[in-house]
Amino acid sequence: MAGLGKEYRAGEVIFRQGDTGNCMFVIQDGEVEAVAELEGREFRLRTMGPNEFFGEMALFEKEVRTATIRTTKPTRILSIDKKNFLGGIHEDPSLAFRIVQTMSHRIRDLTDRLARYEQQR
Amino acid sequence: MAEGLELLTGKAPKPNKAEAMTLGDGSRVAVIGAGPAGSMFSYFFLSMAETIGLDVGVDVFEPRRFCHRGPAGCNHCGGIVSESLVQRLATEGIKLPDCVVQRGIESYILHTDVGDVEIATPLMEKRIAAIYRGNGPRSSEPLDTHSFDGYLLELAEQKGARVIPRLVTGVRRDEGLMTVSCADQFSDAYDLVVVATGVNSRLTEMLENETAEFSRADRTKTFICEFFLGREVIRETFGPSMHVFLLDIPRLEFAALIPKGDYVTLALLGDDIDEALIDRFFAAPEVRNCFPGGQVPGHVCHCYPRINIRSATPAYGDRLVLIGDSGTTRLFKDGIGAAYRTSKAAAKTAVFHGVSAEDFSNYYAPLCRKISNDNRVGKFVFSVATLVQKARFARRGILNMTANEQLQEDSPRRMSGVLWDLFSGSASYTDVFLRTLHPAYVGLLLWNLVSANLPGGRKAQKGNGHVRH
Repeated sequence: MAGLGKEYRAGEVIFRQGDTGNCMFVIQDGEVEAVAELEGREFRLRTMGPNEFFGEMALFEKEVRTATIRTTKPTRILSIDKKNFLGGIHEDPSLAFRIVQTMSHRIRDLTDRLARYEQQR
Repeated sequence: MAEGLELLTGKAPKPNKAEAMTLGDGSRVAVIGAGPAGSMFSYFFLSMAETIGLDVGVDVFEPRRFCHRGPAGCNHCGGIVSESLVQRLATEGIKLPDCVVQRGIESYILHTDVGDVEIATPLMEKRIAAIYRGNGPRSSEPLDTHSFDGYLLELAEQKGARVIPRLVTGVRRDEGLMTVSCADQFSDAYDLVVVATGVNSRLTEMLENETAEFSRADRTKTFICEFFLGREVIRETFGPSMHVFLLDIPRLEFAALIPKGDYVTLALLGDDIDEALIDRFFAAPEVRNCFPGGQVPGHVCHCYPRINIRSATPAYGDRLVLIGDSGTTRLFKDGIGAAYRTSKAAAKTAVFHGVSAEDFSNYYAPLCRKISNDNRVGKFVFSVATLVQKARFARRGILNMTANEQLQEDSPRRMSGVLWDLFSGSASYTDVFLRTLHPAYVGLLLWNLVSANLPGGRKAQKGNGHVRH
């Protein structure tokens, strides 16, 4: 009974690429994978574990989800409302610091991957 | 000097304000009290200092050990971390471990003399945490539990804070710095003193006695007790729900039963709670019916802690700031959330601006004013709730409107949202109040007041587990 968030079984989809969304998610326990779907094929982008977050782009943009998120094992996930998050940022902009930091890491990771891809082409 | 606490017999010398009132490498900060406000201040202060490469030291004075059960390790509080705070802490990267969360709350059950209604979170997700401030009630068995306050203090220690297990008995200004003295003759000088003692401490009383312009927070007495029922019984009778009561009992503003592990915590808030009020509450059938067999069991642990009902003024001075309950907090609800907000605002001011009264006036006081202004709206909201407590027809209308909303999944849940945020403290009182002015809310409330009170009027359906008339 203890523990926060919502429980998902292994293999459940949290959201699909192309869905609209208005919240982000923080993993409390377990693991999820981010999967991009292109021309009927799936490409695993990354896996994420406890305390990592996903779906943060929906907080800043009105665009659809860019990847599908699926659990790889029994997982508990806490959702963060857009309203609560943006209200918090309005009062305390430093609340966004960790998200900016993580997005920065992800951009660095994507840049590395792109460079390797260009090298191999 | 900006309006502020010209603390403790004597003005702060300011030969070189720009240098003297800004923290630099080697500066030392004393935090008095390791409740949520003190620990979160230490955590955020050290995190922010690290980001700008500032090498500072933090000493946290706390004589209690949160690993103890009962009063020795407890900070005397109902023990709810609100939905909004759970989300903000998660965003900050602070995950509340399962051993700290005694139970995740996913719904509220409102009990009145005209029926009960369950208000479920829209996502059916546990986003409210029931926690123990210490390590469980008096005489409880050692379990795999962990104090919330102890967990936050551990986070602060991991950031580099040093815990000093001493009772602070005095704070005085000394050659431009602040000297902290303890009961065992220990004393040391600091560049900044952060008072986070809560309202149940003698230190703020001492500050008030020694400083003419300082007025400590106004307080009122509350009642908290713990019932042992066992995990299985709690699962069957209380479930993952917090039980709140709207009863016509004078001076009672709010009452809640909060399930936690093997125990249920009762929190009574109001105007100087006394034994007569407590007895009347326990005698109410709506309360007795929550317990197995309709009997309220004896409690294993109880206290009458005081809570802040009006902010300390001013809550800062040169090299001094009061945070959390000892300074400014929210009326009745989400005190831990207010501790988070005030501690972080004070930490930001100290790291990025300075520690003069003027700095705190410019960068810390606005948040305190915002909370205090919201509390004024909160007082009005609670006075309306008191009127509802006295008016049976109003309780019927509100219950009916809430029950109807809970039965319709896709319709806007206006009353449910207002009650949810009022009970959980997840939204500001101003936000709650403004939502009650929406024409659709007013129209639906009037309709439900009429339909629920007319003989043969339209009532909410029964039997789906949400509504019990």
